[in-house]
Amino acid sequence: MTGWVAANLISVLNGLAIGALLFVLAVGLSLVFGMMDVLNLAHGALFVVGAYLAAALTGGGASWGAFLGALGLAAVIGLLGGGLLSVMTEPLRRRSHLDQALLTLGVALIVAELLQIVFGDDPLAVPAPPGLDGSTSVFGAAYPTYRLVLIGVGAVLAVGVWLLVERTTLGALVRATVADRDMVAAIGVDNRRVKITVFALGSLLATVAGVLGGPVYGASVGLDSTVLILALVVVVIGGLGSVRGALVGALVIGQIESLGRALLPDLASFVLFGALALVLIVRPRGLFGGRSGATA
Amino acid sequence: MTDVSQQAEVPDNVVGGTASVTDPGRRRSPLTIAVVVVVVLVLAAAPLFLAPFATTTLTRLLVFGLLAVSLDLLVGVTGLPSLGHAAYFGAGAYAAGWVSVHVTAAIPVPLLVGAVVGGVAAAATGWVAVRSAGVYFLMLTLAIGEVLAQLAQSWDSVTGGANGLSGIPAARLGGEPLVNAGYLYWYVLVVGLVAFALVWLLARSPFGAALRGIRDNEPRMRAIGYPTVVHKYAAFVAAGTVAGAAGSLLAAQQRLVTPSDLGFTTAALVLLAVVIGGAGTLWGPVVGAAVVILVRDALGPGLGGHGELLLGIVFVLVVYLLPRGAAGLAGLRPFRRRRP
Amino acid sequence: MTPALSCHGLRRSFGALRAVDDVDLTVEAGARHALIGPNGAGKSTVFRLLSGRMRPDAGTVRLADRDVTRLSEVARCRLGMSQTLQHTSLFASLTAAETVALAVRRHGPTGGGARIEPWPRRHPAVDARCAELLADVGLADVAARPVPALSHGERKQLEVALALACAPTVLMLDEPAAGMSPAESARLLALLDGLPREVTVLFVEHDLDLVFDLADRVTVLHLGRVLLSGTPDEVRASDAVREAYLGTGRREELFTS
Repeated sequence: MTGWVAANLISVLNGLAIGALLFVLAVGLSLVFGMMDVLNLAHGALFVVGAYLAAALTGGGASWGAFLGALGLAAVIGLLGGGLLSVMTEPLRRRSHLDQALLTLGVALIVAELLQIVFGDDPLAVPAPPGLDGSTSVFGAAYPTYRLVLIGVGAVLAVGVWLLVERTTLGALVRATVADRDMVAAIGVDNRRVKITVFALGSLLATVAGVLGGPVYGASVGLDSTVLILALVVVVIGGLGSVRGALVGALVIGQIESLGRALLPDLASFVLFGALALVLIVRPRGLFGGRSGATA
Repeated sequence: MTDVSQQAEVPDNVVGGTASVTDPGRRRSPLTIAVVVVVVLVLAAAPLFLAPFATTTLTRLLVFGLLAVSLDLLVGVTGLPSLGHAAYFGAGAYAAGWVSVHVTAAIPVPLLVGAVVGGVAAAATGWVAVRSAGVYFLMLTLAIGEVLAQLAQSWDSVTGGANGLSGIPAARLGGEPLVNAGYLYWYVLVVGLVAFALVWLLARSPFGAALRGIRDNEPRMRAIGYPTVVHKYAAFVAAGTVAGAAGSLLAAQQRLVTPSDLGFTTAALVLLAVVIGGAGTLWGPVVGAAVVILVRDALGPGLGGHGELLLGIVFVLVVYLLPRGAAGLAGLRPFRRRRP
Repeated sequence: MTPALSCHGLRRSFGALRAVDDVDLTVEAGARHALIGPNGAGKSTVFRLLSGRMRPDAGTVRLADRDVTRLSEVARCRLGMSQTLQHTSLFASLTAAETVALAVRRHGPTGGGARIEPWPRRHPAVDARCAELLADVGLADVAARPVPALSHGERKQLEVALALACAPTVLMLDEPAAGMSPAESARLLALLDGLPREVTVLFVEHDLDLVFDLADRVTVLHLGRVLLSGTPDEVRASDAVREAYLGTGRREELFTS
């Protein structure tokens, strides 16, 4: 067992790093979906906005100022973008889920094309901040320092989001809305304010994840749909609207992406789909999905 | 909805009127028949007075239109919005292309192989998706489509990887290769019309009526004894088969199949075509497909290859302004989910 | 003689609330059996457990001599159990005749309902059966009208036609007369009264006049349990039933109206 872990340590660590990033990305998607039934297909585009922002600001050379500036700017853009998306889906509230999803799909296409026009077709690299661009020895194996930091940052954000959802008034509202939206509306809480807040915070996490993921994934055309799929799979496996589900789903998918690709390079896509299918057969509402309803 | 049979002046070709039983007074108006005949004749004569380039664009439009029709069987008739439908289109295209390269390009072999592989791919993956509903279905089909697209990208030995499957020979009819743009167009047109007619008949059959019942109210369909998952699965496989046939036409027309042909963008664009045209009408999505292809291929170059930007804007506008699509503009009401 | 429908020890909880608690019910073949009780007595839940829409936590359901507890709603319908729902739940894009045709094709004279028939074909027998059913419930004039254009009462009638089109041996009606005009209600009563005795009817109803006009057997539920099962006269004479209705009924009116 220890031998196996040592041999695949790099892959396991990579999986943790991907998982940390996926959690930050997926938790916003999960909460918006679980709360408001809005499937935000522009979530991947928000991630890529963050990635390109990091590439643009650090393009003149890696520096902490540029990296932190990108993080801050990405956070602001995420908040505004999420708020805008929330307002845009509002008139469609009475229409089918499909219409809301289609709207965000249209936004995703527009954003992706605009980024391509501004930044060109070639993938851009994002350097890690100074001091984190080297590698660290982990049990004798050299491993990129930035990814270790990423695992740590992901853990901190996970705890932060968990505290926000479990320990604050806003979090209580969010959980109550996931459980029973009509009841929350009935006790006089303005659904729209909760929705805008969660949408904005979820989008903030997506753009921030884009910046954080920059040194790993870079910024490229088509990255938006790749990360969107991964985030959706995480959300489906974990269960909609569940922070714990998003965390477990992200860690599982992170390992599948990393270990799966290392051990079964040809089958990685199938392993991903197989995991998804397996979870849905055994637990149709995801591992931690609530709201199973009386008819389940 | 309005009683379609009373609007004699409007073409009554909205799918979903009725099968035999229920509306004995319903007749095709002579005008409808005349419109259909004129459209078919104009389409058939098009290569005679169009430049080869325009004929090729029209061919591509027909291919995409057939894909849109197959998706409408899911979205409009059955109420299953799929974001992974391009996967079966691509599976059919790769299969038809591979057969043309390695076995024979003689019609109808690539066509049949493409249709069968599209159907088999839909059968192999669809059973997970049809057990879900609503937005879950959207997410699962998206994930399935992306997995198949990644498979196309990574299975180098068969698909040619990221470069695509190239060197597909021209389709052959009676030993003669269809290299002339006009002949190729007619081949695509004939297959497209036949496939459209089959989907049309299916949508008006008792099976089609059951699918519309599922779209309107699935729990009630279960309560009157329909195993709805079986019906949805059958519709999914049928749609995949038609998409596979459309894919084989793509292979014959482009002579090249790339992973982007079954990727997310293609899936999103074909869904856009269905939404623009009006889901549930079958002919509307063909119009929608024409709009999408023309914007992307005809206006795109003028926008520096960014026709998709325009399509994204169209997408947003259509969702807000035309909830029933272009068919809604024509005064026809496709049957959307409504509370009675 | 085997009862047409029965359940034993049926239980279902929602959280801490025991909505249905150890209910035994026997519906004899050919009976006109009413299920009544004050609001919140668990009538609708029992109904859903019997029809298969909802799974019981414990207990068994038998249709004739067959244990159907583990069978789905679809399978139970194929075995002859058919239902109308309390809140009309129909198909927004179909006409009245198309709606009935769906069920007739599945259960009716063509007999091929289990098959998937992917091409249009005329079935005169289906047309005739649809026309007959619509005439029976009084909808012959509006057969070609889309469901959203029907009045509330007409939709309730269509529900009944749809349920009858499933060729049931056990017909289950959840508040069939709710919202109907007195004339419509009278027609419904006549229709149900005129059904052949091979069809067993189990119905939930608030309108006690209709209950005592139609039912030959009445079961009273109260707080998820069976309070009494007997003939209409026995129920009318029971003090316990009166207490259940009056004792809680007054208070409930405050909540429900």
